[in-house]
Amino acid sequence: MTPLSRRELLRSAVLAGLALPVASACATPAGDGGTSSAPAAGATSAANPLGLAEDRPLEIWIFDGGFGDAYAKDIHEPLLKAKYPKLEIKHNATQEIAKTLQPRFAGGNPPEFINNSGANAMDFGALVQDGQLADLTPLYDAPSWDDPTVKVRDTIDPAAIELGSYDGTPYVMNYVNTVWGIWYSQKLFDDNGWRPPKTWEEFTALCEEIKKAGEMAPFTYAGRHPYYIYEAILTLAAKIGGKDVLKNIDNLEDGAWTAEPVKQAAGAFAEIGAKYLMQGTAGLDHVQTQTAQNKGQVAMLPCGSWLENEQKDTTPADFGYAMFALPGFTSSDAMPYGTLHVQPGEEYVVSARSANPRAGMEYMRAMLSKDGAGDFMELVSTLTVVKGAGEGRELKPGLRSAAKALLVAGDNAVWFLFRKWYAELHDEVAAASGQLMNGKLTVDEWAERAQKKAEAIKNDSSVKKFKR
Amino acid sequence: MRHGRTRFAVGFLVLPVTLYVVYVIAPYAQAFSIALTNWRGVNASPQFVGLENFRRLLEDTVFWKAVGHNLLLLVLLPVLTIVIALFFAFLLNAGGRGGTGGVWGSRFYRVVFFFPQVLAIAVIAVLFQQVFRPDRSGMLNAPLIAMGFEPIGFLSDTDIALWSILGVLVWQAVGFYVVLFSAGIASIPRELFEAAAIDGAGGPPMFFRITLPLLWDTIQVGWVYLGIIALDVFAIVWVMTPEQGGPDYSTTVMAAEIYRNAFEYSRFGYASAMGVVLFFFTIGFAALALRLSRRERIEF
Repeated sequence: MTPLSRRELLRSAVLAGLALPVASACATPAGDGGTSSAPAAGATSAANPLGLAEDRPLEIWIFDGGFGDAYAKDIHEPLLKAKYPKLEIKHNATQEIAKTLQPRFAGGNPPEFINNSGANAMDFGALVQDGQLADLTPLYDAPSWDDPTVKVRDTIDPAAIELGSYDGTPYVMNYVNTVWGIWYSQKLFDDNGWRPPKTWEEFTALCEEIKKAGEMAPFTYAGRHPYYIYEAILTLAAKIGGKDVLKNIDNLEDGAWTAEPVKQAAGAFAEIGAKYLMQGTAGLDHVQTQTAQNKGQVAMLPCGSWLENEQKDTTPADFGYAMFALPGFTSSDAMPYGTLHVQPGEEYVVSARSANPRAGMEYMRAMLSKDGAGDFMELVSTLTVVKGAGEGRELKPGLRSAAKALLVAGDNAVWFLFRKWYAELHDEVAAASGQLMNGKLTVDEWAERAQKKAEAIKNDSSVKKFKR
Repeated sequence: MRHGRTRFAVGFLVLPVTLYVVYVIAPYAQAFSIALTNWRGVNASPQFVGLENFRRLLEDTVFWKAVGHNLLLLVLLPVLTIVIALFFAFLLNAGGRGGTGGVWGSRFYRVVFFFPQVLAIAVIAVLFQQVFRPDRSGMLNAPLIAMGFEPIGFLSDTDIALWSILGVLVWQAVGFYVVLFSAGIASIPRELFEAAAIDGAGGPPMFFRITLPLLWDTIQVGWVYLGIIALDVFAIVWVMTPEQGGPDYSTTVMAAEIYRNAFEYSRFGYASAMGVVLFFFTIGFAALALRLSRRERIEF
């Protein structure tokens, strides 16, 4: 045998490299869907309506974000454990949902219950497309935790079920109800004799007044996360043009973004951006701008109802968080004053191919009980989708203000879903909105960019489309 | 005898080559096949779509923006870093009086310059987020605001953000190359400097006629390293910039787009196609670097 030359060695290494992927453990999944079939439900009974199997463990993954994971450990898990003492509950918390759990889905052994939330959540569209999520219809048709004569479906906000549905099938349970608005300090407004504006003229007049006083900037938003501002733009657009404006956007309709109400709303906020924005807004994130508000450097900012809880460590005791709905733009707005962006959110799913999916659903049923939701509401200071969960409980001022706004809004609630359905469109609109507020894009350019992206997604065969 | 040598060589190589093949070559090869599918990361049977991903990539303005940023960094990062590092290394080693020693305090500077190299990249990114803050808490903007100027949006102005990234990268890299070049200069025989000094050569001629030619090999190595860094830059961009590669994609790089498409849009097929393009950029750069470094060495 001749000695192996360097060249020969390299050549054989390359050949081995080409041959090996066939044999080696693959990063790609097994070619034929070698997935285990979904385990059947156990025996159902009045006490165990979903047929949870007590002999198999329930693995729970909570997103350790703004709400922490104490609510699961201290409220919901004990609630379920009290009913099923033999059930083993494996509690986990992470901030990296996708990185931690995506491999488990690809590997065919996903955990039962997942709080798929946060910036690193898994793509719902991809999960649904691949049949990874359990159909939650049995849960919603089951008797409620508190009253066996009432179905779970009837104890919660119907929007929560609608928003968690993909092509009519409910796969995702939305637990938290979030309302958006413009937030201010009640104390600051009282001290200065300012009142929440009801029309756009009043709003700009208030901004002007605050600017002239020179004590603080009138308005800011989380500049590093322009979602905070395009949320307000789209809510105003819906108020001007009606609910269909957002529906068209979600359905990727032609010309949805270039429609007149959308442009009007974008123009209105672009003007605020040009005249009344706090210095340096574009470079600050949500915590920095919100802290600036706590310090009295800025009067108003758009945010969701998680704000009070998020800022609890930096808020002065007498700050008095309060919010108002977006002011009316013209007298001919399609929707009345008080129209709110209401979005059931904080998503929870049960994996269809896990070992004990019914236990995951039973856990959801416990979460949707009056006690489960009420305790959660007090602990993390947020609204839930469970009707009347906050009754008779002590709420903080910001939460009380949000709850009141929700009551006033009634049916005039609007929402959009493309952020969840098409992450790409969300990123593009966010990027463009930041530039709109900085004055680097005109309203027309902004609308065209969003429209172009929507069309690109519409024409992309690999992306599953959703309708509402 | 010969047989024994082969066995000896194979025995040594079998483990590293196996590991390399399984964990480096095989995933690369798989990326090529995934790039031809519309795999979304969780599906058991990806659908074959041929060159569809590459066709779409051609029209992806964000990706080509990212390519442009990488190429800009590929040119500027090595040049700036090497020029600055050479300047410092020369001052530290041969910049003193008489041209034979370093400037006063060079031992101290040598340690200080190396500090950034010790910090993790994520730490540097978070650190500079604070340095660049556009309000009174920002190290650079606070004096500007105090003097009554508008704060500069180092990371929030689309025209400036990429230059801020470049600044951070250079800041981070210079220290290492100061040390590398210092070692190179230290290995140049002292007599050459002394002879030049006797002949009346000042600082600049000494640098360009003696230090630079004799350091050429080391500089080439530095250029290749920095080029590889410039093709990555993912961590700094992802941690430091708003909208991860923003604002408005003004700082995004290829690696960031791959990550975004794979792990945020769950478009693993498309992201793999980007990876394939990056692969060819890297191969191209490596070939270019090897080609240019084929040059006669100066023996001393």
